[in-house]
Amino acid sequence: MAKIIKLLSGNEALALGAYHAGVRVAAAYPGTPSTEILESLARFDDIYAEWSTNEKVAMELVIGAAYAGVRSLVSMKHVGLNVASDPFMAASTTGVNAGMVIISADDPGLHSSQGEQDNRHYAKIAKVPMLEPSDSQEAYDLMAYAFDISEKFDTPVLVRTTTRISHSKSVVNINRDRISSELPANFKYDVKKYVMLPAYARLRRPLLEERLVKLAAYAETSSLNRVEWGELHLGVVTSGVAYQYAKEVFPNASFLKLGMTYPLPEKLIHHFAAQVDKLVVIEELDPFLQENIQAMGIKVTGKEFIPRWGELNTGIIEKESHTADLLMETISQPTINIASELPGRPPLLCPGCPHTGIFFVLSSMGQRSTLHSRGKVKKKPKLIITGDIGCYTLATYPPLSAMDTTACMGASIGQALGMEKAGIRDKVIAVIGDSTFLHSGITPLVNAVYNEGKITVIILDNGTTAMTGHQDHPGTGISAQGKQTRAVKLEQLVQGIGVRDIKVVDAFDIKALRTSVRGALDNPELSVIIVRGACAVHVPRRIEPRAVDSEKCNQCGVCLLIGCPAIQMENGRVYIDTTMCIGNACTICQQICPQQAIGPQSEIEAAEAS
Amino acid sequence: MKNINVLVTGVGGQGVILASDVIGEAALTAGYDVKKTDTLGMAQRGGSVISHVRIGTKVWSPLIKEGEVDILLAFEKLEAARWSYFLRPEAIAIINNHALPPLSVNLGNERYPGDREITNILEQRSGRIYFVDGINRAKELGNIRTLNMFMLGCVSSFLPLKVNTWKDCISLRLPPGIRQINIAAFDAGRKEIKNAHI
Repeated sequence: MAKIIKLLSGNEALALGAYHAGVRVAAAYPGTPSTEILESLARFDDIYAEWSTNEKVAMELVIGAAYAGVRSLVSMKHVGLNVASDPFMAASTTGVNAGMVIISADDPGLHSSQGEQDNRHYAKIAKVPMLEPSDSQEAYDLMAYAFDISEKFDTPVLVRTTTRISHSKSVVNINRDRISSELPANFKYDVKKYVMLPAYARLRRPLLEERLVKLAAYAETSSLNRVEWGELHLGVVTSGVAYQYAKEVFPNASFLKLGMTYPLPEKLIHHFAAQVDKLVVIEELDPFLQENIQAMGIKVTGKEFIPRWGELNTGIIEKESHTADLLMETISQPTINIASELPGRPPLLCPGCPHTGIFFVLSSMGQRSTLHSRGKVKKKPKLIITGDIGCYTLATYPPLSAMDTTACMGASIGQALGMEKAGIRDKVIAVIGDSTFLHSGITPLVNAVYNEGKITVIILDNGTTAMTGHQDHPGTGISAQGKQTRAVKLEQLVQGIGVRDIKVVDAFDIKALRTSVRGALDNPELSVIIVRGACAVHVPRRIEPRAVDSEKCNQCGVCLLIGCPAIQMENGRVYIDTTMCIGNACTICQQICPQQAIGPQSEIEAAEAS
Repeated sequence: MKNINVLVTGVGGQGVILASDVIGEAALTAGYDVKKTDTLGMAQRGGSVISHVRIGTKVWSPLIKEGEVDILLAFEKLEAARWSYFLRPEAIAIINNHALPPLSVNLGNERYPGDREITNILEQRSGRIYFVDGINRAKELGNIRTLNMFMLGCVSSFLPLKVNTWKDCISLRLPPGIRQINIAAFDAGRKEIKNAHI
């Protein structure tokens, strides 16, 4: 084939690499920074790609495809692998019948995650091989290795990327065509391999250890691991994006660059360590490589000076290496952050967001909103609102301040019930998005019905998985590849579970929202409120943006309490940025204005002109 | 050649990512090694957006080191000041003379810095500051969303890439219907810098 050179993100390169390696089934649940992998794969119409309900389901689907003899891939963010870890471990025990690759996209620095965790440990727990790319070229290249290793060693393969690899673009030389087996899917009956009864699982257990020994031997000679000889006074062992930073800080050192980071090539590491005067590991997050190398009896440092948390960069490694006397040259004067006193710009709910109304209601009923600048005293908060993962988690920030907990996908409902059972007397409210509810809110709701919970669950149904970039989900009835499928109806689902008090409310009707929340709080039974309204990004036409009538407005500031980015202040006066307002589709500010000073722009202008 | 580090900053929704993508693609087309990376935070829009673009014969880290930015291209004044500490001495700063106050400012909890303050913050790093009137130039062209191409026109004056390379890459990224107006915005940006006196 003709060589093509492109600027690709790490995620695009992983997807293209998998496609060229002959992947035929792919599944994922959206999660930053992994989402674009499945999005890119879904564009190929000669493979099957789906958004699954959650990561566990995606993993199980892909295991099934691999059992059926088809190359398959599942991708997820780091915490997604927690959800999918049960089938992941099972797949390690059974092995596969065709290449199976799991991509875990970790998020050092928590750019968009509830926790920072180093998923390299999962390779060790599951006893599976792990590959790590350092740029988009490697991401593309190593997918071919990943599928081959999976088949050769009868094992799922973990490919671990990080935000900086997944979301950086770099140059990729696309030098392969798609290889694809035309063989039909074929499941070979073998209960001792695929039925993990204790008796059969016990038989497979020693095979996992044998597999690791063979994989370690492979790692010794694989071109995934390479030595770049330089000066011998310093040897750097590194992998992933840390390699790029380390190359800038130590341009003349010798490098052992690991593309396969589990199991490790012990002989190669011994050989490298013996040649250099001082051995260091430069790695992001936990001392994974360092501890494994120390366990080989090799003297090595790393986390003594390289931070264990947060994202690394060239500056951090340079500074810490200098402090640790690894870098003798004087480094450029560290720059001082002279701009640290400036006002922050945290992310916000969009203008016209269907979450704004319900959170304004919860915020006011829960006594959260206060205009500090106007000398109002902050009241003691009322209501406990357990929250979940999605755009709506932003309602934690002022001015809404209407979320009290957030842990992981689906946790809001179980937490609310736990508070009730612990003895919290007031009704606890759980708030969860539609995609998150389908991901892992159903089972805790079943649990609440069964255990006679009295909580109120508010499902925010905006008809999309918004925060990760508007992916479809079972509630929308459209597949990852754009096909019309069957939609799961939330109210039917909730009714089927056995919830008796179910209300469906328009997300942009403040009065109805308030009435329904009051009603739910008064009802001693378990209740579900489905707040329905399209994501603002999906509003097709913006008709009649709102404006403020300067005659009627008394600058009370109530409209600012909904936290809409379109409502702004200039020279002490409130105005609405008409380029941002979505108009008739929302009107929340108009509904809450005590002076009736907000209306359609055309009416306000006509009134002011007359 | 020494690497050229460009930091593009602004507010979500202003077109920062598309602009930095085009810088990367134009550099690749011209035969350079390129890395670019965006830091977006978790929101769809409204938050701070930063894009690092590095161009050279060999680029290692996708992130630019603090104090090593050669060119700052800021779509909003506060965001220019916020990232000023990344500038190397004598770096070029091209700043859209436009304020988008964050919500905390609208609520009266924080204060938006004055023009003099912003200039002072930047001048601690570099005197080569260009304030450009991107919003009004884009409005004159009839579409405020061409701001990002206007800003690209501005930065193109300082990068070793041919005008046609830029225009080809812009055309590739945009639907035919809006190509012409965006190319016009790019030209307006080039002119703005040509006529600037600093």
